[in-house]
Amino acid sequence: MSSRCPSARAARGLLALVVALGTTAFAADDDGRTLRVCADPANLPYSDRAERGFENRIARLVAAELGARLEYAWQPLGRGFVRKSLGSGACDVLVGVPAGLERVLTTRPYYRSGYVFVNRADAPRPLVSFDDGRLRELRIGVQLIGDDLAATPPGHALARRGAVERVVGYPVFGELPAAARAEADLAAGRLDAALLWGPQAGYFAASGPVRMRLTAARAPAGLAMPFTFAIAMAVRQEDRALQAQLDAVLARRAFDIAAILDDYGVPRWPLDDVASARADAAATRADAVPIGARP
Amino acid sequence: MVRRFIAFFVLLASASMPIAAATVAEGEWPTAARDPQNTRFSSLDDVKADNVGRLRLAFSFPIGVERGQEAAPIVVGSTMYIVTPYPNFVYALDLTKPGAVVKWRYDPKPDASAQGVACCDVVNRGAAYADGRLFFNTLDAQTIALDAESGREIWRAKLGDIKRGETMTMAPLVVKDKVLVGNSGGELGVRGWLTALDAASGRVVWRAWSTGPDGDVLIGPNFKPFYPQDRGKDLGVSSWPGGAWKIGGGTVWGFVSYDPALDLLYYGTANPGPWNPDQRPGSNHWTSGIFARRPDTGEAVWFYQFSPHDLHDYDGVNENVLVDLPIEGRSRQVVLHPDRNGYLYVVDRASGQVLSADPFVPVTTSTRVDLQTGRLVYNPAKDPRGGETVRNICPASPGGKDWQPSAWSPRTRLLYLPHQNLCQDAETYQVSYIAGTPYVGADLKISAGPGGHRGEFTAWDPIARRKAWQIDENFPVWSGALATAGDVVFYGTMDGWFKAVDAKSGAPLWQYRTASGVIGQPISYRGPDGRQYIAVLAGVGGWAGAIVSAGLDGRDGTAGGGFVNAMKDLPRHSTRGGMLYVFTLP
Repeated sequence: MSSRCPSARAARGLLALVVALGTTAFAADDDGRTLRVCADPANLPYSDRAERGFENRIARLVAAELGARLEYAWQPLGRGFVRKSLGSGACDVLVGVPAGLERVLTTRPYYRSGYVFVNRADAPRPLVSFDDGRLRELRIGVQLIGDDLAATPPGHALARRGAVERVVGYPVFGELPAAARAEADLAAGRLDAALLWGPQAGYFAASGPVRMRLTAARAPAGLAMPFTFAIAMAVRQEDRALQAQLDAVLARRAFDIAAILDDYGVPRWPLDDVASARADAAATRADAVPIGARP
Repeated sequence: MVRRFIAFFVLLASASMPIAAATVAEGEWPTAARDPQNTRFSSLDDVKADNVGRLRLAFSFPIGVERGQEAAPIVVGSTMYIVTPYPNFVYALDLTKPGAVVKWRYDPKPDASAQGVACCDVVNRGAAYADGRLFFNTLDAQTIALDAESGREIWRAKLGDIKRGETMTMAPLVVKDKVLVGNSGGELGVRGWLTALDAASGRVVWRAWSTGPDGDVLIGPNFKPFYPQDRGKDLGVSSWPGGAWKIGGGTVWGFVSYDPALDLLYYGTANPGPWNPDQRPGSNHWTSGIFARRPDTGEAVWFYQFSPHDLHDYDGVNENVLVDLPIEGRSRQVVLHPDRNGYLYVVDRASGQVLSADPFVPVTTSTRVDLQTGRLVYNPAKDPRGGETVRNICPASPGGKDWQPSAWSPRTRLLYLPHQNLCQDAETYQVSYIAGTPYVGADLKISAGPGGHRGEFTAWDPIARRKAWQIDENFPVWSGALATAGDVVFYGTMDGWFKAVDAKSGAPLWQYRTASGVIGQPISYRGPDGRQYIAVLAGVGGWAGAIVSAGLDGRDGTAGGGFVNAMKDLPRHSTRGGMLYVFTLP
C-alpha cells in the first residue's frame, strides 16, 4: 500500500541542487545546524514529549539525514496551531498535515490514510458499510471536532442516513485522544462499532486489550466528501529551500518511513489513489477556530 | 374617577423609578452592570449635553496586558478595581491620590494552557464587589475571592477542567450571600452550568446544569414555564439524540441579573454544541434560552427558548435588563433581551411570557416570533446544509448583537444597544485539521450587512417597539454602553474612538481618540473629590478584534470563525492595547 522509493540517483541529484540553493532555513548555532520541529506534546500516535510517536521517529530520521540536530517546540495541535508554530517562528517544520494545507508550503505527501470502521475482531456481524440496515440501531462512536457545523466525513455520512439517535460523539479535546476513548468503550462493550481516522484507529487497536478489525470506510452514494487524506510535511510559505530538502529526504527514505508507519499500524492507501484525489483538490486549511463566540 | 387617577399615578412612578436605586450607592459601580437589574445607568448628572464637550482626560493607567479589554472597572469607596485579560491580574487603584496610584496588585497565576483553549481571545468581563470582598473568574476556570482592602486571597474555587476545554470569562454577580458564576467553552463539548458559591467560603452551594435530567437542571415542582414546548419531564435529555446532552453546550458566559422584589435570577444559556445541527435533532433544551431561578436553591421557576435547535450559533447569553414598563395600559415587570438571533424580546419576568419580539437588525434566518406560541419561525432557505453554499445568512453567527451589554435610561425609557450589522455566507465545505484529525467544515465568511457598515449604536424604544434613533459605525460596536442621568450616553468603537452622544437624539457631543480600539464596558462614578468621572478600558480584541489582538492572518478569511473576513482592515485602524482612560469635566 505504501509508495516505493524512487531512483536513488534522482534523489541525490535533487539534494545536490537544493544544497546549492542555500540552507538558510536551518538555524545556525555553534554545533552546526538545527532542525526545529513543532509537535504536539501529548498526541499519540503522532507525537509526545517523550518522543514516542511516529512523527517523532520520522523527524529523527529526517534530521539525521540532513545532518542536523533535532529540536522540538511543543505546541498542541489545537486552535491556531499554524499561527502559533510556523507562523510565530517557534519552529520550521510540521511533520504531518494534510497535503496542500493553506497558508503553509507542504512537501510531497508521504502517506495517505483514511477513515475506517472499527469493530471488535470477534464481532459476528461487523459494521463495514453505511448501507447496513442496522445503521440506526447500532451504537456507533465518532470523533467530534468541536467546530460548529463541522463533522468528520463519517459523521456527515451517519447524519445523512438518519443515524443520530445512538451515535456517540467523542470530543477531540480531552485527557486522552478521542479515538482511544472510543476504542476503550468498544472493547468494554459500550459501543457496537466506531468510525475513526486511520492512524489513530490503527494505533489504539494495536495497543488495546481486545483485538479489533479495521475496514476502510467508503463514502455513501450522494455524499461528495473525501474519506481519505494525503499527509505531508509543512514549512513556511517562503521556505522553498527547506521544502526541497525535505522532499528529497522523503523520497530517498520512503522505504524507512513506510516501515515506521507500519510499526504504528497506520492503515494506508496508495498515494495516487484516484478515487481520493478529491481530497487534495479541495483547498485545505487548518487553524479552524470554532465559530462560536464563547470566550 | 379618583381611583383611576391614582392608578395612573402609580403606573408612572413605577415606570420612571430605577428599581436599582435603593441597592447601589449613588456614585459607585460595584458590579459590571452597576446594579443587579443590569441597567448600566448612572444617576450622576454633572456631565450633561451642554458641557460634555469639555470632558478632559483626568488620568490613564496602562494595565500591562495587551489583549481584548472587555472588563468593566469596578469602583467602591475611593478604590477602583480592574481585572485584566489572561493572565487575569487584578489592580486596586487609589482614587484619592493624583493619577491613581496602585494600592495592590494580585496575580492569580492561571494555567497557561487555558490560552490555547479560549475560543475568542483571552478576555475577562470584570469583577464584582460585595461586603469588603472582590470576586472574579480566571480563564482556567477558577473563582477567586480577595480582601478588597489588602488584595489578600481569601479563597479560590476550581470549578472547571481546562483539559476538557472549560474556561471562565464572565463577570460574577453577588446576590445575598452567594457568588454566581458560569462557564465557557460549549463548542468543545463543555456542558454548561451556573454555579452558586458561598461568598464566605467558596463552597459550591448549588449547580444548575443547562442540559440533562431535571435533577441536574434543578427543575422541580415549582417550575412553571409559560409555553407548553418547555414543559415535560427531563426535556434536557429527551430533546437530544442519545447521550448528546452530556456534551451539549449551553454554557453560561453572559451577565446574570437579579430582581430582589420577585427574588429571581435571570441568565441566558449559550448555543448547543458541539455537534452540527444534523447530528442533534430535537429542540436541544435548555440551550439558547433564558432561565429564571431562585437564588437560595437554584431551582428553576421558568424558561424560554429564544432559538430552539439553534442552527446558526445564536447563543442566548445576551444580557437581560430588568425594567418596569407601561404596556397596553398597565405596568409590566419585564426583561429586555436583545438576542443574537436579531430580535429584541420583551418578556414578562414573573411568568416568562413573551410580550413582544421585534427585529432590531435585518433578519433572514427567521421570519418572526409567533407571540401565540412563543416560537421562533425559522426560514428553511437559510438552514445550513452539508456540502451546499448558503448565502446572505443574517444575522451572522456573532448575531445581531453579541456579548456587548446595552444600557437602559429610565429617563428616556430607551435601551441603548451597541451591536453589529453582519451577514454571512456558508461556503462549500473545505478540508481542515485539528488534533491530528482531518475533517471537512463549513467555511463561514462574514461581511457587512445591508448598508455596508458593520456596526450600529441603536436607541430602542421597547414600548413603541421601534428604533428611536441609530448611529452607523464602520466597525462592529463591540463595547458596552453607559447611560447617565445627564442624558448623555457613552460607547466606544474598534477603531479607537470613545464617544458621547445625546441620549434623546443620538446627536454626537464629544469624542476622544484612544490608543487602541474600545471594546470595554464604560462606567461612571463619583470620585473622592466629588466630581463625576467616566472610565473605560481600551484595547481591541475579543472575537471581533482577534485579528489584531491574536495576530490572525487577514488573508485567511475563514480564520476567527469567519470573522476575520469582515475585519481585514482593522489592523490599519487599531493596534493592540491595554489602557484605562478616566475622564472628567475641568
